[in-house]
Amino acid sequence: MAITIDRIADEMFEMVKEAQEVGKKLKPMDLQKTIKNKYDDVDKPMTKKAIKQLVDSGRLVYSYFGGTFLELPHREGAAND
Amino acid sequence: MPKEYKTPQLDELEKGPWPSFVKEIKLAAKNNEMANDVLGQLEQSYDERLGHWKHGGIVGVMGYGGGVIGRYSDLPDKYPAVSHFHTLRVNHPSGWFYTSDALRKVCDIWEKHGSGLTNMHGSTGDIVLLGTRTEKLEPVFQELAEAGFDLGGSGSDVRTPSCCVGKARCEWACYDTMKACYDITMRYQDELHRPAFPYKWKFKFAGCPNDCVASIARADCSLIGTWRDDLRIDQDEVAAYADGGLDIFNDVVLQCPAKCMRYDAEKKTLEVDNESCRRCMHCINVMPKALRPGTDTGAVFLLGSKAPILEGALLSSVMVPFVNLDDEEEFEDFCDLVDEMIDVWCEEGKARERVGEFIQRVGMGNFLEAIGLEPMPEMVAYPRDNPYIFYEMEEEEELEEA
Repeated sequence: MAITIDRIADEMFEMVKEAQEVGKKLKPMDLQKTIKNKYDDVDKPMTKKAIKQLVDSGRLVYSYFGGTFLELPHREGAAND
Repeated sequence: MPKEYKTPQLDELEKGPWPSFVKEIKLAAKNNEMANDVLGQLEQSYDERLGHWKHGGIVGVMGYGGGVIGRYSDLPDKYPAVSHFHTLRVNHPSGWFYTSDALRKVCDIWEKHGSGLTNMHGSTGDIVLLGTRTEKLEPVFQELAEAGFDLGGSGSDVRTPSCCVGKARCEWACYDTMKACYDITMRYQDELHRPAFPYKWKFKFAGCPNDCVASIARADCSLIGTWRDDLRIDQDEVAAYADGGLDIFNDVVLQCPAKCMRYDAEKKTLEVDNESCRRCMHCINVMPKALRPGTDTGAVFLLGSKAPILEGALLSSVMVPFVNLDDEEEFEDFCDLVDEMIDVWCEEGKARERVGEFIQRVGMGNFLEAIGLEPMPEMVAYPRDNPYIFYEMEEEEELEEA
């Protein structure tokens, strides 16, 4: 059965979550490469759609720290509340 | 009543005949607390020679990864109005053409939700709206969208494409820069708003070799107008320039980098060896009524320049010596080639490595092979400096047999 965008999104979400638990940050390209290497029938547009879905739904957010990363939503370290 | 700050150091920057950003901030500060606290914090920074802004990496609008640059004051108790001071980059219209109504709308939105301070325009070309709070980002974005504006690029994405005024105002434009810029902006919307590259990627469109958007020095992907046929000469106008006192021999002929011009002072006529012309535009700039670009026009596609940020400056290299961007099919081919280049760079590029630096690291030969582009003489930047073009005996023999 062909892999769905929802499943790619879930896998990407888990990758980000696991990385964040050990203090690592992942770039969108890291997620895309890992998923493309794992599944033969996944192409770049599918990985982009999965990322768009994750960000549009608020499960992941973009962050910038020298480069652009994807992270779980969290309180900004530098924020003045 | 806003606090009144003494700003002796900033006041120095109001002196002199040139425009002053301090004067403008003081004007804004009369009605806006954020602008007022900027004055206080900036004066303190000048005193201490220390910046007081903290970077915010996570602020943005829903769904977008670019367009907002987060900033917080590290002195929020002293300057509460600038405790949040985020910047928005707004995608400017091609060629920076606005109606006064559109500009008023942008300013009204910004006075309502932000500091009222703008930078028209940032070095990439965006409208830069300086200073708002996190909770104001979504309302600003919504109101800008209703007024027909969208956010531009920031971070590791396609930065807001920009172009010169092109055919709208310039008779030297060799292709429709505004259309190309608009079409590219629409085609790369996803890449503009959702950063997925190793680093930034800039498109710039210049209508002629004068390169009014300085694309050759700072855009990863430059399209610079050029022509393939002969320079157009109006000999009556050449004579009129001579009669008007222009020293054509010294100011035009001797300044030609290719030394491809000959001036007959008696007949007051100019001859050009078009084969040798480098399309530098010098003669056209000096004698605009007498000389014009040819009529077979298009653009040179160059790749890999950057201004110095992490490493030194790079100028771009020719990829395709002539492409007619006004032709839909050629425009599509150009986009396909760009996609190929971006794919290779994304696959192999290191974090914060611009495509020009990537090409330097892997070698132009390997890059050309990866994107499937044949090397050609126009790609050679300097004589006897072409390490990426190799003579392959086997290929030569195959060609002969064919």
